[in-house]
This record gives sequence, structure tokens and C-alpha cells, in this order.
Amino acid sequence: MDEQMIEVKNDTDIIRVRRIVREMAVEIGFGELDQTRIITAISELTRNIIVHASSGKVLIKKVQKTGKRGIEITCADEGPGIVDIELALKDGYTTSGGLGIGMTGARRLMDEFKVESVVGSGTTVIVKKWMK
Amino acid sequence: MIIPILKIGDVLIVTLQSELTDREVEELSHDILDKINKVGAEGVIIDITALKVVDSFMARSLNSIASAATLLGSEVVVVGIQPAVALTLVELGLRVSWGVKTALNLEKGLEILKKERA
Repeated sequence: MDEQMIEVKNDTDIIRVRRIVREMAVEIGFGELDQTRIITAISELTRNIIVHASSGKVLIKKVQKTGKRGIEITCADEGPGIVDIELALKDGYTTSGGLGIGMTGARRLMDEFKVESVVGSGTTVIVKKWMK
Repeated sequence: MIIPILKIGDVLIVTLQSELTDREVEELSHDILDKINKVGAEGVIIDITALKVVDSFMARSLNSIASAATLLGSEVVVVGIQPAVALTLVELGLRVSWGVKTALNLEKGLEILKKERA
């Protein structure tokens, strides 16, 4: 399957998302280290959906760019949104009592990272990882 | 999922066999501390060899278990972190907040506990 959409609303969905992302990453051909990076990043972003918005969607896609294969994952929610994205992307900043490394960490683990957020209507994070 | 907590002498050994949900991690934290208290364990080894992913929640939970165990007078050693997991945790940014004792494997973990009590 080249594309899969998963509805997430509780902590068992985090495990489900991880499993599906792992399957796709393996199919694309990512090595063990990149698989671990991708799955860890997605685990953080999926948990963000559940903690901050209670529910949302994760879309996992196989993608290509100039002959390179990769994976694109979109995490979208209709939660409260992020007031200050720059601040949210600072190491150690947290509004949930966590370590404050989820979002910045996910950015570091992936090759491309884009976040769009509108206060009151939701947040969408799109990340990509390319095969070396 | 019930995760067995084995007791060998003064040491508890907990082996995580598969990925846990957040709720299971929280239950496990409580179970470990409860067992430390009940049996008067002086050390705890948590073996995470089987975990292919350790995210910030899991890392924070391990940290909390270790800190709480210290308050009970017990020492926690996490063993078996996979190389890919270790590198990913560093890239994730964990170095700022990780204070748990670690060892390569169960044997070395037990050695650390033995030395601590010597």
C-alpha cells in the first residue's frame, strides 16, 4: 500500500501508527537506524495529537523526488492550535509537563519538517525522510 | 499486558518484551515501585533489549521510575539499549534530561548493582 490514513485518539493508536510506519519504511528500503528515527519522530508527533487535541489523523505516504524514495507523514488535528510556533520549537519548551523535546526532536530526526497551525482550529505537521 | 517482575536475591529484573502503550508504561512504573517496597529490593534491572523504539515518553518514564526508586532506597539500571535507539535518543535531544544509570547488558547491570552495595 502506498498510502494509509490512520485515525488516532488514544495511546494504543500510537503503537498502531508506529507499526504501520515501520512496515512502510521497511518496504521503501530504509535501514534500521532511519527506521528508528522515523518511528520515534512519528511517535512524538502522534502523542502530541492525543495530548493536545485528543484526536486527529495521521497520513503516511510513500513519495519520490528526483529518483529518491522517501516517506511523508502528515499529522493533523483540530485541536487548540499553537500560539507561538517558534517557541513551541524550542528545546525544553512544554505546555503538557513533558520533556519538551517531542516536536524539536521530531524535526531533528527527519529531513523535512513543516508545521502549520491556526489558533482555535488545529495543527498540521508534515515531515519527510529521504533514502540516502 | 502483565509484565513479570522477577526477584533474584535483593534485585528485581524486569524484561520488556514488546512495545508498551503509555498506560501500560504507567502501570508498570507503579508495579515496579510497589514490588520494591514489598520485597525491599535494593536494585532493579530494566532490560529493554527488545525495544526497537524508545520515545520521549518512555525515556521520561524510565527516568521517573529510577528517581522514585532512589527515594525508596533502591537503584535502577536500564540495560540493553539498542545502538539505533541510543543514537536516536541523542538526536531527539534527550541528553538534557537523562539521569538513569545504564549498562550494556544484564550481566554488566548486575555488576553495577553489586559494586554499589559493596
